[in-house]
Amino acid sequence: MSEMSQNKASQEALLTIEAVERIFGGERKLFGGHNPAVHAVQGLSLDVKKGETLGVVGESGCGKSTLARLVVGLDLPTSGTITFAGEDLTALARKDRNALARKVQYVFQDPVASLNPRKTIRTILEAPLKHLTDLNADGREQRLAELLQAVNLAPEFLERYPHEFSGGQAQRIGIARALAAGPELIVLDEPVSALDVSVQAQVLNLLDKLKDDFGLTYIFISHDLSVVESVSDRVAVMYFGRMAELGPAKEIFRHPLHPYTDLLMRSAPAPGRHDLMSEDASAELPDPYSPPAGCAFAARCGHKTEKCLAAKPAPDEAVSGAKHFAACYHPLGQA
Amino acid sequence: MTETTLSAPAKPAKKSARPGTLALLLNNSLATGGLIVLALICLIALAAPILPLPDPDVTAPADRLKPIFSEDHLLGTDHLGRDLLSRLIWGSRVSLAVGLSATVIAAFFGSLLGLVAGYAGGRTDTIIMRGIDMVMAFPYILLALAIVAVLGPGLLNALYAIALVNIPFFARNIRGITLGLSRREFVDAARLSGKSPPQILFLEILPNVLPVIVITMSTTVGWMILETAGLSFLGLGAQPPQADLGSMLGEGRKILFTAPHVSIIPGLMIFALVMSINLFGDGVRDILDPRLRAGSLTRPVSRTAVERNKADIPAPSEKQGVLDVRQMRTEFQIGSSVYKAVGGVDLNLQQGECLGVVGESGSGKSVTAMSIMGLVPTPPGRIAGGAAYLEGEDLFAASDRRIRDLRGGSVAYVFQDPLSTLHPLFTVGAQLTEAITTHQPMSRAKARDKAIDLLSLVRIPNARERLDAYPHELSGGMRQRVCIAMALANDAKVLIADEPTTALDVTVQSQILTLMNGLRRERNAAILFITHDFGVVSAICDRVAVMYAGRIVETGTTDEVLNSPQHPYTAKLIECVPVLGEPERRLDAIEGRPPVVNNLPAGCAFADRCPHVQPACRQGEISLDMSSGTRGVRCLFPLTSGASA
Repeated sequence: MSEMSQNKASQEALLTIEAVERIFGGERKLFGGHNPAVHAVQGLSLDVKKGETLGVVGESGCGKSTLARLVVGLDLPTSGTITFAGEDLTALARKDRNALARKVQYVFQDPVASLNPRKTIRTILEAPLKHLTDLNADGREQRLAELLQAVNLAPEFLERYPHEFSGGQAQRIGIARALAAGPELIVLDEPVSALDVSVQAQVLNLLDKLKDDFGLTYIFISHDLSVVESVSDRVAVMYFGRMAELGPAKEIFRHPLHPYTDLLMRSAPAPGRHDLMSEDASAELPDPYSPPAGCAFAARCGHKTEKCLAAKPAPDEAVSGAKHFAACYHPLGQA
Repeated sequence: MTETTLSAPAKPAKKSARPGTLALLLNNSLATGGLIVLALICLIALAAPILPLPDPDVTAPADRLKPIFSEDHLLGTDHLGRDLLSRLIWGSRVSLAVGLSATVIAAFFGSLLGLVAGYAGGRTDTIIMRGIDMVMAFPYILLALAIVAVLGPGLLNALYAIALVNIPFFARNIRGITLGLSRREFVDAARLSGKSPPQILFLEILPNVLPVIVITMSTTVGWMILETAGLSFLGLGAQPPQADLGSMLGEGRKILFTAPHVSIIPGLMIFALVMSINLFGDGVRDILDPRLRAGSLTRPVSRTAVERNKADIPAPSEKQGVLDVRQMRTEFQIGSSVYKAVGGVDLNLQQGECLGVVGESGSGKSVTAMSIMGLVPTPPGRIAGGAAYLEGEDLFAASDRRIRDLRGGSVAYVFQDPLSTLHPLFTVGAQLTEAITTHQPMSRAKARDKAIDLLSLVRIPNARERLDAYPHELSGGMRQRVCIAMALANDAKVLIADEPTTALDVTVQSQILTLMNGLRRERNAAILFITHDFGVVSAICDRVAVMYAGRIVETGTTDEVLNSPQHPYTAKLIECVPVLGEPERRLDAIEGRPPVVNNLPAGCAFADRCPHVQPACRQGEISLDMSSGTRGVRCLFPLTSGASA
């Protein structure tokens, strides 16, 4: 990211997530007892500063998509609070969904599935303008042209149907839709993982440009560390529904504190890299229905001690510098 | 519907890529027959008022029970001397109208209930669907009888009864579809666009459900007509003197032996009507159903058709090796256009070697992999030329029996998604032992022991217990290990792995890659590794071939290609991938899109996106220029090492 966005990022928190928890299942059964419950997200606290890109990394099932849905109000937290620019986001999502949609938008992982196959692009892009803004027909037409130009699509695409587009073009349309109502924060949920590498680079460059042009804040969710590293100012690493590590991107990638972050980085294949770090096959995620008492990563961790198995480390158990935290009793690089 | 002739499409009237809806329907001879009969009946029924017919309700006791072909009465008369032809036509009119309106009413209310139940979910869904279940718990004819008994006999009441009885059918169907659709991303997107739930339900979901409603209607109209006839037959529908097919049948019943034509004629009419509607309805369903439309209607063929010029079969290369693919071309015929998915690919695999095939989606890398063992679906696919030699044996010339033996035997595949590769209803052990015993006859116990060995080989902990696990009980990484174990079950010489780690998390991916790398060294098996990720290639492949628009544009050892790419496409492709540890690196995107393979340009397919394009690039064939035994590039102006694209 550029120097300018770094400066902007240090100002205020745009989004604050405090002790958020989301439990799926667990309802009462018809004949007594409860259904099994899964903690998709647990004790999650973080803030997103205005103008920054917060990268969220983690493997499937770590709760990063649940987090994304909570932030845009598609799902509501079981407990905890989410505040957007001083306003309770959960209450807003219940009361006036459209007010929230004007401020926070979402870009989906599968670009083609996120477009209704039976609607033209014009209808799809006009929907947020109609429902979220008070533009009249002329204003909408003008805004449509601006949007298409912003995402580098030709105006004649408006009359076509989603199946006529390639993945990259469809994702541009998804981005244009998110931009339509002029949001401040965009949650990008794996926006490039369904795309080919050459197209991925196009979309990443486009996102970067739009951020500068419109003064946006991003939450960028991905399982691909190299992509996250290239776009993020700060990075949050999630494991099993909890925060494993949070800090400035540069520090996390240069000096990871949590052994899980280290494992992720050493597992990532890169051109010219012949030796991949590989764990034992028994290294598996814990059972979500009976989570361990201690650190969820302990079973896979080479540094584990009694302490790790007994109690969960706090998200800021290990601290390096002012902004770099990890939920680990035995952080790397600090004996 | 086995008589479909979709596999041999008639010449489309327009020069479109895919045959149109009407063309597809007309291709289906049974459906066309149904449509013709139905149209004929409808036309006659509609024209009843203007046809020179006697009044159907005027009795003439003197003329009673005249046989067919008698003067003035083509189909004879009934027991009250009424003209049967006239009654038949007017009766069909009534039956059709009642059947259609009952269908429309049932479809409207049933779909509405289904839509609401499926979208709202939770308690609303439970209440609506349990209500529907209650309606379904009664035998339909009893329920219809009860309704008519309450409302009183009459055609209109019979119509209501039949519509009501059929509501559950629509509601359940539509609810299922809606349930699936309302979890789709475009519905979330509509919510974020500020649409209200009713707007989402009727403007976003309904258009996607509509084809299903039409399909369900087309298959139920016939049934509804039958039910109306049934009620009228029992005297609860049309009341005398009004004619409808059911009541005519009912009246004829009493004199079945003295004057059989009185009941046989309406009976035949009901048969013709319902049969034609059902045939036509099936045709409509086949066309509107996207899965059937995509070609699943055609009978699956166990092997890709081979249509190559016999005189023009390339000989194996001097290098031989385990697998030697020469000038292989695979094409897809869709409508009137031919997609050249693979356009002359040469691959050579030595024992114990891992060759990576890299390319973007649509580059033909998967089709290359599938073509080798004839796994490309025919139609529309066919192998149009070239040869694949497995240890000197031409696979495209081998018998079907021989190919079946080789598949999963000498040549085994590992696919991208282990969850869809494994059968969900059989245990891992059952599937593994099946893979073993298909190729090596042995006792069940022995095969089981071998299966345990295989699972331990792919480093699955507690192999003995995992044998009884179902695929859904295993994690993605474990499932892929099982797939690899199955591929290794019969000492495969060649393993064809099509993006085997793309669906996996990075930590699991590195485990699987390490495993595959170890196994090929242990077993000396060759691997053809299809991927789009240069990082993965680095981790496992000795050599790499880069594909673009169905051809290999560059090949060489992994280090050569990655460190000094010669084809501008390879260079660009490497450059646009973000690399861990180099966040400042500018991502250099390749502008434009790959060409569509049904309309390839002359010369280099990459020319339109290439920064170094020259006029010469757009003329004539460019050959794969081999500079050494392994290194080659298909470019007139290859990059020299050091220079960047």
